[in-house]
Amino acid sequence: MRGKRVSGAERNRQGMEDKLLQGRPDVLVEVDRDRAGGGLRTEEMLVNMGPQHPSTHGVLRLMLRIDGELVLECTPHIGYLHRCAEKIGENVTPVQFIPITDRLDYLAAMINNHGYSLAVEKLLGMEVPERGRYIRVIMSELNRIASHLVSFGAYGLDMGAFTPFVYAFREREYILDLFEQVCGARLTYSYLSIGGATQDLPEGFPERLAQFLDYFEPKIAEYNNLLSFNQIFVKRTAGVGVISAADAIAWGLTGPCLRGSGVKWDLRKCVPYDIYDRFEFDIPVGLPGGVGGAPREAVVGDSWNRYYVRILEMQQSVRILRQCLQQLPSGDFRAKVPRVLKLPAKETYLEVEGGRGQVGYLVVGDGKAVPRRVKIRGPSFCNLSIASHVCRNVLIADIAAIIGSIDVVMGEVDR
Amino acid sequence: MNKFSAEDALRPRFTAAHKALALRGFVIAGVALLAAAVGFGFVAGVAQGVGYAAAVGGVVLAGLTGACCLLAAFVIRFAALVGRVLLTLALPIFLGGVVGIVVLAWIPALLYERVDGIKADHPGAAVSVAQFEAALTGNAAAARGPAYLAALALWPLQFQLTRDVLAVVGVVGFVSLVAMFGIWWERKVAGRMQSRLGPMRVGGWHGWAQSLADGLKLLQKEDIFIAGADRALFRLAPYVAFIPAMCLFIALPFSAAWVARDLEVGLIFIFAMLGVGVLGVLLAGWASNNKWSMLGAMREACQMISYEIPLGFALLVPIMTLGTLRLTAIGEAQSGGFHTWLAFANPFTFIAAIVFFVATLASCKRAPFDLPEAESELVAGYLTEYSGFRWALFFFAEYAEMFAVAALASVLFFGAWYSPLPASWGAAWADGPLWQRAVHGVLYSGPIWFVLKGFFFFFVQLWLRWTLPRIRLDQVMYACVQVLLPLTMVALLGNTLWLWLVRPGAWLAVAVNLILTAIGGLTVVAMAAIVLYGYLNRRRLVGTMAVDPLPGG
Amino acid sequence: MTAQEVAELLIARFGTAVEAAPVEIHPGVRVTPEAWPAVARFLREEPRLSFNMLRCISGLDLHPEPQIELVYDLIAMRAPTAADGLWSNGGELAVRIRVARDGGSVPSVWDVWRAAEWHEREAYDLLGVGFDGHPDLRRILCPDDWVGHPLRKDYEFPKEYQGIPSAAAAAEGEGGCGASG
Repeated sequence: MRGKRVSGAERNRQGMEDKLLQGRPDVLVEVDRDRAGGGLRTEEMLVNMGPQHPSTHGVLRLMLRIDGELVLECTPHIGYLHRCAEKIGENVTPVQFIPITDRLDYLAAMINNHGYSLAVEKLLGMEVPERGRYIRVIMSELNRIASHLVSFGAYGLDMGAFTPFVYAFREREYILDLFEQVCGARLTYSYLSIGGATQDLPEGFPERLAQFLDYFEPKIAEYNNLLSFNQIFVKRTAGVGVISAADAIAWGLTGPCLRGSGVKWDLRKCVPYDIYDRFEFDIPVGLPGGVGGAPREAVVGDSWNRYYVRILEMQQSVRILRQCLQQLPSGDFRAKVPRVLKLPAKETYLEVEGGRGQVGYLVVGDGKAVPRRVKIRGPSFCNLSIASHVCRNVLIADIAAIIGSIDVVMGEVDR
Repeated sequence: MNKFSAEDALRPRFTAAHKALALRGFVIAGVALLAAAVGFGFVAGVAQGVGYAAAVGGVVLAGLTGACCLLAAFVIRFAALVGRVLLTLALPIFLGGVVGIVVLAWIPALLYERVDGIKADHPGAAVSVAQFEAALTGNAAAARGPAYLAALALWPLQFQLTRDVLAVVGVVGFVSLVAMFGIWWERKVAGRMQSRLGPMRVGGWHGWAQSLADGLKLLQKEDIFIAGADRALFRLAPYVAFIPAMCLFIALPFSAAWVARDLEVGLIFIFAMLGVGVLGVLLAGWASNNKWSMLGAMREACQMISYEIPLGFALLVPIMTLGTLRLTAIGEAQSGGFHTWLAFANPFTFIAAIVFFVATLASCKRAPFDLPEAESELVAGYLTEYSGFRWALFFFAEYAEMFAVAALASVLFFGAWYSPLPASWGAAWADGPLWQRAVHGVLYSGPIWFVLKGFFFFFVQLWLRWTLPRIRLDQVMYACVQVLLPLTMVALLGNTLWLWLVRPGAWLAVAVNLILTAIGGLTVVAMAAIVLYGYLNRRRLVGTMAVDPLPGG
Repeated sequence: MTAQEVAELLIARFGTAVEAAPVEIHPGVRVTPEAWPAVARFLREEPRLSFNMLRCISGLDLHPEPQIELVYDLIAMRAPTAADGLWSNGGELAVRIRVARDGGSVPSVWDVWRAAEWHEREAYDLLGVGFDGHPDLRRILCPDDWVGHPLRKDYEFPKEYQGIPSAAAAAEGEGGCGASG
């Protein structure tokens, strides 16, 4: 043996592995393993994908154990965006908590506002005026389109196609303009609040919305031409990261991830909340190959289907929005809300269909103005938990395809 | 107290640290240019068995580089002043530059041809100035006038040394321009494809100075070495990637006369230089001490080695058809207009042309084969740990390679430096008065066509990049082994049978030529129609929606 | 099936280990920790119940009492019978389990509902409830070396973390003006 001369690179590598393994003793690192027969020495590597990585959509950290390009194991580490939302919820009044809900799933902030307001109203037994309810549905559906647009664009980016991303943002910009006209904000709106909306719709809003819907609907076909049915894109995503319906339910997947696995389950239809039972719309689900326009390679529950369900959902949201515009009544946009809300000593759990799945709020009151406990179920949190199960024996490029199709927003994973 | 004013923000302030960084950047740039020049000269010399070109080219370039570095340092020092002057003169300088490039590429080609003609008439070691003058004026006893000055200027061009030095300077300058223009153009193309404008600010007119500004910025950036990196290899890698990219241009004929070295084995040489480029990437990936870099380097090696096979087979088709490896000869064989282009010679050369283009995409790491630097998978692949000018060198190399393979495609399959117009149409003007000869020259052959065609295929590369998603590694391998390789086999075999069975002028050849021409013509017409339709209906297709501004906004 | 009916069914099967917990607008059952794995499996596998999705596990700190209540929110997703393929809601249920605040633990149900794996880790991290038989019980949101369980009512925010003064320390230093001061 030569002396103890360890090169800088070697030292660094060992230090890195020690760090990676901290708190993870069960990961078996087999270094310098002799492969059977060949005698060719190969090494498995541990690599950190994230918390700063272009395709982990924020600060998700995936620890990959790889053998060349093959990922043997993928362990998600979360918590890098933990902002104690639940602890804050115990210390502020429900109205004050609305801006915090904006920051959970920041791409679909309106739906979070909506869900928390509904939960608190259920606790208080409060009735919301008709116009307020319609405003809420309009905002939620509009925000669902915006959220799915980001998801669509970012997924294209994950697959190496930059152009769809810009197209998606072009359309999203119009939605944000509409939101800005409504409440002045473009990302964190705090617009829907306890008892209804904080302001009425501005003059001419329904006309502008109708104008946008007419403009937007043909664009979906353009996205499909550009990305959804692009041969390379289909080859990259179809049949990759297949999640069976049973697995999806067992892991608590909701939203497009669940529907991509062929489960026709949507809270807006199956457990209707607010006024969703008044609208006609379909629930898109994952398609087997060759059926309903899906490419031959597609499998129910694969990344392509999870992606395509979002595209179809945008169409359905447009349908709901058109019906909302037809039915939109006049009247109050907000119930009379007392200046100080005393939450009764009750407990409630309520879920709404968010951009990424079912957003749940458990609110416990105890007679004071601040709740005793606020628990938030972030859909991405549950959706992400299946990652280590699916990302096994796939290529590194597939990790981007799978995580991208699960479409996590770290704000609501870490809360 | 920090009082901030707009004037302060506008006035560049250079601290000692800035200067040190800038100096370092310039040193790297200088070394890179020097290394490129020496490497270029050396390889050129070795390739032709002439050693002195290396030494002299290197020395001259060293001087030039030093002068440039000094000048650039002055520019930095007096940036405010120079900046103001530059801003005023920006547009004239830019347009002048464009015209200048064309003239610079064009005039030497004419001069070379002239000098070669004179040399051919005077067999001997060297031609005297008087003989030059005689050739220029047609009268040996002419009084010393402008012709004498012209003869004096032309006289050195008959020596290989002069030509080498000119070629080195020209190629290094041209490659830098191609890279800077290519980066700017790519951003503009990307912007337009994505309903954006792309760079619009720097320099005024459509942000023409964006690459220049980026280059200056990169020069001043800190040159970071990460802990545990193999410093020597880490420093070396960018040069190893950069030099082969420059060397590609040694054998690339801009026109029959305007080629740095008209190598007997030009095609093989370019093929080899394309292959050597992978070493730089491998070194960069290994030396970075970063697992993502390493993965990127491995992907590059794997992809490059695989795609050399279909690339090589695709190259065999023109070699077999024309029986030469000399690029100028391959070009000359396609001088008669677009119907003589090799791509349209028979169906199999057309297949070979397409396979060649796809394979070069892979060997240049361009989308959809950009796996080595796949952003969404490997952060930035082998480039992850690079910063400043070292990083820029990789990009210079990439864009130079892109142009080189695009130009090579045009040399091999698409008529090299000849215009698509049938030669017979302009035959009468070829021997007319000077102005007719000049117009004929511009319209029919020369570096302008070469550069135009190169940039056309360059544009196709950009087009693909901003349209397609990225292929996965196993699919890259599949496409190589299962699709491209069989295709090249078919092309090779078919071409062999074709050459053996079909005499030139036979009815089959004529028929196939007609069909191919018809298909090509229809394609061109259809594409033009699509473009026209898109342009006429651009408002409706792109779709605009004006959201009324906010009340009081 | 309503929560009341579910409770009756469970009581008939498990006896005193289960009792109805008709908490207003969030009804369900209360289960003893010992009986929980069997009850969980029954809830999921009994065809009449088939609570196949675990939506959420919420921990409530009942601070003056030395107990923590875990609320498991379940929903039964019924496979479609009609031609339109729409799944239906077969009932919702909140299962409540009380454990001791200090050193208390509940059997893990990660093998019944895989979704429980991360939810249980979260309850462990933020409230300090142990889960017996959990395959990978580590902190999930807080760093591995974090001290304390933030969602407990008597939690005191640490003055520093790894030598970095925290917002709480800053607020103290400036007379309680808050971290932004």
